[in-house]
Amino acid sequence: MNLPQALSDLWAYWLLIALMMVGLYIVIARDNLIKKVMGLNIFQAAAILFYVTMAKVAGGTAPIVPHDPAHPGGHGGHEVVYSNPLPHVLMLTAIVVGVATTALALALAVRIHGDYGTSEEDEAVAYDAEHG
Amino acid sequence: MIEKILVLEVVLPLLAAPVCVLVRHPRFCRLFSLGVVAACFAIAVALLVEVRGGGVISYQLGGWPPPLGIEYRVSTVNAYLLALVTSMALVVFSFDSRGGPPRVPEQRRHLYYAVFLLCISGLLGITITGDAFNIFVFLEISSLSSYILVSLGGHRRAVMSAFYYLVMGTIGGVFFMLGVGLLYQATGTLNLRDIAARLEPSLDDRGTVLALALLVVGISIKLAVFPLHHWLPNAYSFAPPKVSAFLAATATKVSFYLLAMVLFTIFGAPFVFEELRLQAVLLPLSILAMFLASSAAIFQTDLRRLLAYSSVAQIGYMTLGLSTANATGLAGGLVHLFNHAVMKGGLFLVVACLLYRVGSVHIDALAGIGRRMPLTSAALVIGGLSLIGVPGTVGFVSKWYLVSGVLERGWTAAAVLILLSSLLALVYVGKVVEVLYFRKPAETQPVDHVREAPLGMLAPAWVLAVAAVFFGLTTDWTYGVAREAAELLLAGGI
Amino acid sequence: MKPPSRVREMPILRVIARALVPVILLFGLYVQFHGDFGPGGGFQAGVIFAAGFIIFALVFGAEALRQVVPVVLTERLMAAGVLLYGAVGVVAMFLGGEFLNYSALDPLTTGHHGQHLGIIVIELGVGIAVAATIMRVYYAFVGRRPDEDGTDADPALDTGAGGEVS
Repeated sequence: MNLPQALSDLWAYWLLIALMMVGLYIVIARDNLIKKVMGLNIFQAAAILFYVTMAKVAGGTAPIVPHDPAHPGGHGGHEVVYSNPLPHVLMLTAIVVGVATTALALALAVRIHGDYGTSEEDEAVAYDAEHG
Repeated sequence: MIEKILVLEVVLPLLAAPVCVLVRHPRFCRLFSLGVVAACFAIAVALLVEVRGGGVISYQLGGWPPPLGIEYRVSTVNAYLLALVTSMALVVFSFDSRGGPPRVPEQRRHLYYAVFLLCISGLLGITITGDAFNIFVFLEISSLSSYILVSLGGHRRAVMSAFYYLVMGTIGGVFFMLGVGLLYQATGTLNLRDIAARLEPSLDDRGTVLALALLVVGISIKLAVFPLHHWLPNAYSFAPPKVSAFLAATATKVSFYLLAMVLFTIFGAPFVFEELRLQAVLLPLSILAMFLASSAAIFQTDLRRLLAYSSVAQIGYMTLGLSTANATGLAGGLVHLFNHAVMKGGLFLVVACLLYRVGSVHIDALAGIGRRMPLTSAALVIGGLSLIGVPGTVGFVSKWYLVSGVLERGWTAAAVLILLSSLLALVYVGKVVEVLYFRKPAETQPVDHVREAPLGMLAPAWVLAVAAVFFGLTTDWTYGVAREAAELLLAGGI
Repeated sequence: MKPPSRVREMPILRVIARALVPVILLFGLYVQFHGDFGPGGGFQAGVIFAAGFIIFALVFGAEALRQVVPVVLTERLMAAGVLLYGAVGVVAMFLGGEFLNYSALDPLTTGHHGQHLGIIVIELGVGIAVAATIMRVYYAFVGRRPDEDGTDADPALDTGAGGEVS
């Protein structure tokens, strides 16, 4: 696959990778702990979007079985194309994990602010170097 | 019978955690969690006995047959890990830390036990489940609870270490999740055996290679493989001592199992070690870990930090066993999981005893403690000898099989390096022993008031010290099981 | 606590919040119980339900919410929700099925009712746990006072010596 084709066919992946690298860059480059947490969130969001794009089926609708008394459990006589629901379910869990991680990270940041009097990593490191 | 209640291994600690939150009574929570862990240990042992010799127990969660439903699958490999995690949890839980971690007031101590139980549940879940995404969920349960546990250490830097650990751990977790996603994309299934059956890994298939890369890097962060180990020394040296003992003995071990499972069961040894030649990366990193981390340990002045760096070095031995990809070497790596858990868990419990009585484990504060706390110090010496690999201790058993595995592979230089790196361990253990027994206490730090640690602390530490000698002399149970597990892994099964 | 901020004196906000909160809670319940037939379920419902309470707290103050839902209650409900979930699984085990096998809950019929019953109770547990957890997280951050540091920090360690930077 040559580059232009890869760009046009896989544009969703390029976007995801860009988003992911933005998140990772924030985690690495920013000293502020809250910003680091935000970067981590963006990083996770990219992974979640990856699953969601994977689940999309061209022309597919929401995967809800229409209720038809004549054909219990059937599609009412006609074929319907659904998007794959499984990755969405998985991502529900991943989002919950993300929420828990964010809450914990923020709680730690609050604690760090209480102990060091700062939310900046470089200042905290300097404080540690000074006080041991 | 055991196959009917297999799921309780994970469910018991998982549900015991909210019970602790509801009851709120610290003494009840302590005894209750000890009972739950003991029950888990009993189940794990029963499972190991049941599956030894090639048996497999499969449990369909919710009655949904795999590959649609989540399958819990126990074979020798993960039964070994379950027994390892639960036995270490049992020893650590029976350690009476006299008042819990420093940052948890009495009225909130029930939450500490709840988090500890969740951590155990997560680790057991990773080990027992046969579903890739389920592993991710349990991985995050155990990781999130271990961040909390680490942050409870008394020093302010404990919180900072927990934050670093959280950032690194989350990145590792997301990498793992992406890897699983790519595997799902390639195979359309999440059941591990089903993935393994449908996946046809080849170097031309970039998605698969990327999945392998993401999984290996993600797990390596959690395992603290050499260049990704940065979170570990801080986390282990500032966490409450009991937590350090538990995490050092279990968390990295479970990550190692995960790595072995991904490499051998999902992708298969032929692809990973013959086509991709992962050992070209893994072997140098392992050897670097052994030398650099051991050298770093020599220069540490805090006993906990010294032990933490030594852990990084010991993880190097384990991954070295992995990179040989033959039965002897892999069994050496697997048996080192248990052996290292025994010795490092014991050493960290000794650290907890010293902290309780001396108040500091700075190397200068320990001068002359060998006479004041003879039993504690003796346990430390046994653990230290085991780290070096003196014959008659568990450390020797691991190194023996590792060296045999490496020689079988024809890597003579690596075998020599393993032996040389033991000399570094001799230096840092020797340094501690010298201070304990032969250095006079400083005038400013009299040790006359220091007494032997209480029995509730000493007994668990000594259980592990005795185990370090016992399993150094009898290898049937440890190496026997590890060998069987290694052969199973090499054959691509779990 | 802090003196009431200007937000709490804005009549429009107060009136709208008062009107909206019951609707949000009702919608939360709808999402909870409609989850059996269509999109919905405990996760979403729990978050919506908690959001209703949190809006109330944002406008009328966390103290007012604490009188309606005490902190201890959220902690208890968190645990109770998880236990409710687990109980379904354990009961199914006692009735001879696997853990969480809902069909075992109704041994008389072919298991169809058991599936309905199981998922409703499970989602109820999830909903309770999620709503309580979100509110507990909110309380944890909003209820933190500067002087609270003294209670859980070890006085032997030099904490807080860095001064007030912020």
